[in-house]
Amino acid sequence: MSLGPFINEAVSPWMKNEGPEADIVISSRIRLARNLQDVTYPLLADKEQLEKIVGKVEDKFAGHSHRRFGQLELLKMNDLKANDKRVLVEKHLISPNLATDSKAGAVLLSEDESLSVMVNEEDHLRIQCLLSGFQLDEGLKYANDMDDWMEEKLDFAFDEKRGYLTTCPTNVGTGLRSSVMMHLPALVLTKNLNRILPAINQLGLVVRGIYGEGSEALGNLFQVSNQTTLGKSEKDIVEDLRNVVTQLIQQERAARKTLLEQSQNKLEDRIYRSYGILAYSRRMESKEAMQRLSDVRLGIDMGLIKNVNGKILNELMILTQPGFLQQYAGEKLNSEQRDERRAAVIRERFNLETNG
Amino acid sequence: MLCQECQERPASLHFTKIINGEKTEIHVCETCAKDKGDQFQGSNNFSIHQLLSGLLDAGQSLSASQSQPYKKTQPDLKCPSCGMEYKQFAKVGRLGCADCYRTFNQKLEPVFKRIHGGNSVHSGKIPKRKGKDLHVHREIENLKEKMKKLIEQEEFEKAAETRDRIRSLEESLNNKGGA
Ligand SMILES: [Zn+2]
Ligand SMILES: [Zn+2]
Repeated sequence: MSLGPFINEAVSPWMKNEGPEADIVISSRIRLARNLQDVTYPLLADKEQLEKIVGKVEDKFAGHSHRRFGQLELLKMNDLKANDKRVLVEKHLISPNLATDSKAGAVLLSEDESLSVMVNEEDHLRIQCLLSGFQLDEGLKYANDMDDWMEEKLDFAFDEKRGYLTTCPTNVGTGLRSSVMMHLPALVLTKNLNRILPAINQLGLVVRGIYGEGSEALGNLFQVSNQTTLGKSEKDIVEDLRNVVTQLIQQERAARKTLLEQSQNKLEDRIYRSYGILAYSRRMESKEAMQRLSDVRLGIDMGLIKNVNGKILNELMILTQPGFLQQYAGEKLNSEQRDERRAAVIRERFNLETNG
Repeated sequence: MLCQECQERPASLHFTKIINGEKTEIHVCETCAKDKGDQFQGSNNFSIHQLLSGLLDAGQSLSASQSQPYKKTQPDLKCPSCGMEYKQFAKVGRLGCADCYRTFNQKLEPVFKRIHGGNSVHSGKIPKRKGKDLHVHREIENLKEKMKKLIEQEEFEKAAETRDRIRSLEESLNNKGGA
């Protein structure tokens, strides 16, 4: 298959729409943890019990049409090849834990892949809604919608005082983890992020590098999410996160402006070097790919690179990961082969761009 | 009080079993408690003493005098539904089932506060179907609050309307409870 159609299939439909604040916020995610009442949690349940839960979900929801999400499809982990599971992980549709550790894991997926419900991950159910750009409120609305729909047919473990009873006490109450994936290259370049992070932590939020650790995040991609799930309403949790993210967006914009005013030539040099390397190199490690892609994406978003679409970062971030490279190649690749493939895919993708 | 199981021996053990919010008082003699324990434990092997002291430690109802013989031993708390022990929970940091929250209630309280910025009580979403009554309770609370404000503002007509609304909601709850 040539790259164009492959990308079309590989990239989740929800990613193709550009969301609000897309120059900084890559995606918004809402996750609700739910468990069935009177059923042992996946941690202690045996395979038979877990398979029963999958059966229940399959019966009641798979193949059914939801008014917002359309037809839902159920994939059982035990039926999938290892690389197919890997691809689902790389698309953020399932967690690595579900792919490898669950005795009887499954995922319920909407057609546009904006909604996934993991079955038998840490909790019986994890409803997840993924949207492009900064769309926390919409995400919460959609996830709630799915939650209500499932609750019509399933009895959830819920307690008046403690709320939704999750496997881990860090999720109890709302079971809500709301998070936003942000591209913050200018705050990293100007060394401002390290100054901001402690303040964010004090507000009960966590900032993590998506790939890599702390402020050493690969590709300058960070996930900001709430830590507190108990004692606050879902709306308040999301609002607190939204306020902090809004401030981070402003800070990032200000840092970009400063870079442009104080060192435009240096910045352009960095961006175009990365562009050149991505467009022409023959081998590329994933770490370098992420960094170069971040540079080019910054150039696009600041209007310094004009003939390339900003979506390129989102796409290549996913396409250059091992699972996708192997899927595209149609065979297992060792890391040497992957570096070669990675460079080829990136070159091809850039070609696609310049040739229209 | 006679043992509710055999109706022969005096009930020497009193505890409350709470499963999914359903509270059941249980008064049994020690012999029957042992049998009952077998029912609770299912496939997991643990003694009635562990089960009971688990319940005792978690602060379930039991008069002080009866708690004496079991307080001394203080074996580890263990969830009657899934068999999770407290020390196991402390190690893995995850719970085995919804009933673990009841079993370890007292010990979890400070844990919640530590994790959730001082909070230990849920104030978010209530499931629509299962929590129907809870929704009504919350609405009554909100209306009472509203009524108080209306009275302060001397909006007596509106306050009376609100009071009627509260009454009808309370009645709807009572009717369901009595049925
Ligand atoms: Zn008896
Ligand atoms: Zn338990």
